[in-house]
Amino acid sequence: MADAHTLTGTGGATAHAHGDYLDDPKGIKSWLTTVDHKRIGIMYLWSITFFMIVGGLFAMLIRIEHLTPAKTIMDAEMYNRVFTLHGAIMVFLVIIPAIPGSLGNFALPLLLGAKDVAFPRINLMSLYLYWIGALMALGTLFMGGVDTGWTFYTPYSTTTGGGVTLMVFAAFVLGFSSIFTGVNFIATVHKLRAPGMGWFEMPLFCWGMYSTALIQILATPVLGITLLLLAMERLFHIGIFDAQLGGDPVLFQHFFWFYSHPAVYIMILPAMAVMSEVIPVFSKKTIFGYKAIAFSSVAIALVGFFVWAHHMFVAGMSVYAGAIFSFLTFFIAIPSAIKVFNWIATMWQGSIELKTPMLYAISFLLLFTIGGLTGMFLASLSTDVHLHDTYFVVAHFHYVMAGSNLIALLAGLHYWWPKMFGRMYDESLGRIGAVLVFIGFNATFLPQFVMGSRGMPRRYFNYLPQFQALHVASTIGAVILAVGLFLTLANLLASFRRPKGMVDNPWGGKTLEWATSSPPTTHNFEGQPVPLHGPYDYRPVPAPIGSEVHTG
Amino acid sequence: MGLKIPLIPEQASSISIEVDQMLYVLLAASVLFAALIFGAICYFAIRYRRRSELDIPEPVKSGWALQIIWIVIPLGLTMAMFGWSASIFLNHSQPPRDATQIFVVAKQWMWKSQHMEGVREIDELHIPVGSSVKLTMTSEDVIHSFSVPAFRTKQDIVPGRYTNLWFTATKPGKYRLFCTEYCGANHSGMNGWVYAMEPKDYALWLAGGPKGSLVAEGAKLFQDLACIKCHRDDGGGRCPALRGLFGQTILLTGGATVEADEAYIRESILDPAAKVVDGYQPLMPTFRDRVSEEEVVELVAYIKSLVRKPQGDAAGQKP
Repeated sequence: MADAHTLTGTGGATAHAHGDYLDDPKGIKSWLTTVDHKRIGIMYLWSITFFMIVGGLFAMLIRIEHLTPAKTIMDAEMYNRVFTLHGAIMVFLVIIPAIPGSLGNFALPLLLGAKDVAFPRINLMSLYLYWIGALMALGTLFMGGVDTGWTFYTPYSTTTGGGVTLMVFAAFVLGFSSIFTGVNFIATVHKLRAPGMGWFEMPLFCWGMYSTALIQILATPVLGITLLLLAMERLFHIGIFDAQLGGDPVLFQHFFWFYSHPAVYIMILPAMAVMSEVIPVFSKKTIFGYKAIAFSSVAIALVGFFVWAHHMFVAGMSVYAGAIFSFLTFFIAIPSAIKVFNWIATMWQGSIELKTPMLYAISFLLLFTIGGLTGMFLASLSTDVHLHDTYFVVAHFHYVMAGSNLIALLAGLHYWWPKMFGRMYDESLGRIGAVLVFIGFNATFLPQFVMGSRGMPRRYFNYLPQFQALHVASTIGAVILAVGLFLTLANLLASFRRPKGMVDNPWGGKTLEWATSSPPTTHNFEGQPVPLHGPYDYRPVPAPIGSEVHTG
Repeated sequence: MGLKIPLIPEQASSISIEVDQMLYVLLAASVLFAALIFGAICYFAIRYRRRSELDIPEPVKSGWALQIIWIVIPLGLTMAMFGWSASIFLNHSQPPRDATQIFVVAKQWMWKSQHMEGVREIDELHIPVGSSVKLTMTSEDVIHSFSVPAFRTKQDIVPGRYTNLWFTATKPGKYRLFCTEYCGANHSGMNGWVYAMEPKDYALWLAGGPKGSLVAEGAKLFQDLACIKCHRDDGGGRCPALRGLFGQTILLTGGATVEADEAYIRESILDPAAKVVDGYQPLMPTFRDRVSEEEVVELVAYIKSLVRKPQGDAAGQKP
């Protein structure tokens, strides 16, 4: 607490006397009507955890089905519904809201030294829209399910039966939930930074959330419009995408990926944001290349809008358009690489402590590197033709979407868990969980790269017997991954049996959220906190703000 | 284990060698970068592990020099890889003029192919080795994708339009054909075989099929559907004459132009009002419900065969 300063009062542990945000006020109604960003973040966290388990169960069904080349436990129609729900739930209900909804809502105002987000009621609305969208998505189960894949390609999606229309409206509603979060974060970063905290004195988590929010509010409306057109095509046969009615099926793919590729950056930028907090704290060293990391977030957000058609190299698009999109896709590798290099440079000459959050951070760096490098095979035109729509793509996007986003969520969750709940989990079990998740993840998806480069198409119910050994290896990996995740969940939940309020700042963090008690009071800080030194200045007597050297 | 798991399928087309070189270059670059990054992380994690709580390092100053170095080097490498890979792709994007044309019609969940000589196949495709084959493909229902891993080639098949794919098989053999765009319940069952044959075997195989080429079938349809009534060869009909049309640039009502390729002819049969030739009225009805995609293919082949005859030779001849 010594280096945390507030204008009035001393903040810190004395705040316990006022009761923390978890208990004050009490009662389920006070939670459901709360406008406290911390409570909304916690409710997002539990919702996302629930849907991660649901989506994970669908994943396990897929892996069990693939133990044999033909039918194992379900028929092809069921298989198609299972992989569609796995994808739709994981993308729209888990990965996109995961870090902004839970960690972002909880930590962003604290990191900025604010009392709340800029629009607390809209924030609660975002959570309710999430729940409504989630119920609609689950409602499709009672309408015969959805068998289009999460990508809803026309004309299959406009002609097949089942609950496609309801699922499309669910994604539409979830889109607004995402937009509301984005609007809030942009306004919060602009208007609610603590006095004296300039743009380049913000913790980098805020830059990451800000860049994410830009994409959320600019790209998501396009998805909304596209999905409405798809629904109208199904209901009224208006002929936008259906070739029989004079429409163009490939147009749907352009519209869809114009959102859904930037959406990949909605998934990855928050993950990177978490890394920029965890790695310096556990290296006890100022982040290397602050401005390079901040600007590369914005660069990713902007260039990310111009790479969508790399999903469509063999879709019947002009080959010259393909060349341009390939070029831009290679180009966007650079800002991501800059971040990785700067994080590694942060570790250089640091004082590194391999606690659970840092293990997840290192796990992220390794998985994201694999995901990024294999992305080059798909950005490259001549090799993408061979690899497109094979398991190579499946493995690649699981490395960047799950391997990066969910691992970063776990890193951030272990990092801020004591801040959120004022309780500490068991460190040894946390580390064992992190290692199991890392091993399980690689065992699941590395074999899928090999399957794909050998020609195994994705979304195949039956497959050639020559791929069975690799599929079995992948399923064994998935079991290890599941064990690791459940151990981690149990370990975190077991912390509730421990005493509360014993750990205000367990990691020695210097950002403002550590300047208040753990868990914080309802109003976050006693008085207005002012940052007196940089967010990553770990020296015993930090240099005052404005005088320390920011890298970059 | 003794279990040998190759990373890629066998090479059986002219492009596969170049694509595989690119794959290996990317693999080498990836392994190198992964080794450097993993190595640095592991080394730093051990070398700079915290030894005491008081072990707080001084902040390191970083100028822009280092940032520029690790921007420029990866940028150069990725651009080189982009250029190399794109040049392979673009060099092979146009089929050679003398490529053997075969039509493919995909539907849930079946591949139908039509050779110019009149042979039809289902879920099989016989092709000659050593010469280029151009597939002109369309779908009767949803999007499919024609993929032969041994040829390193793949192309989506979109309803409502023709997409082309070409390759030159280099090795006789039997290769897997997959549908690689999700198309419903039996997507994974929509596969077949490509038989690459020595040219003489291919000729024998073709000769063993039914007589009556695509062009002849198309000519018969052209009569049966009474196309001939308006599309008179002498140009005196209510619709344009079709002889010598294929490959020409056509002036349309409104001043736009279009190249008369397979896709244009197909569109003009199924949606005649979409692109009307300058000087003509949009009188032609759609044949959407009267001809199948396979019959459209026969008509296209026939119209494509109508080359302009040398002067003074063709008077009075009707197809």
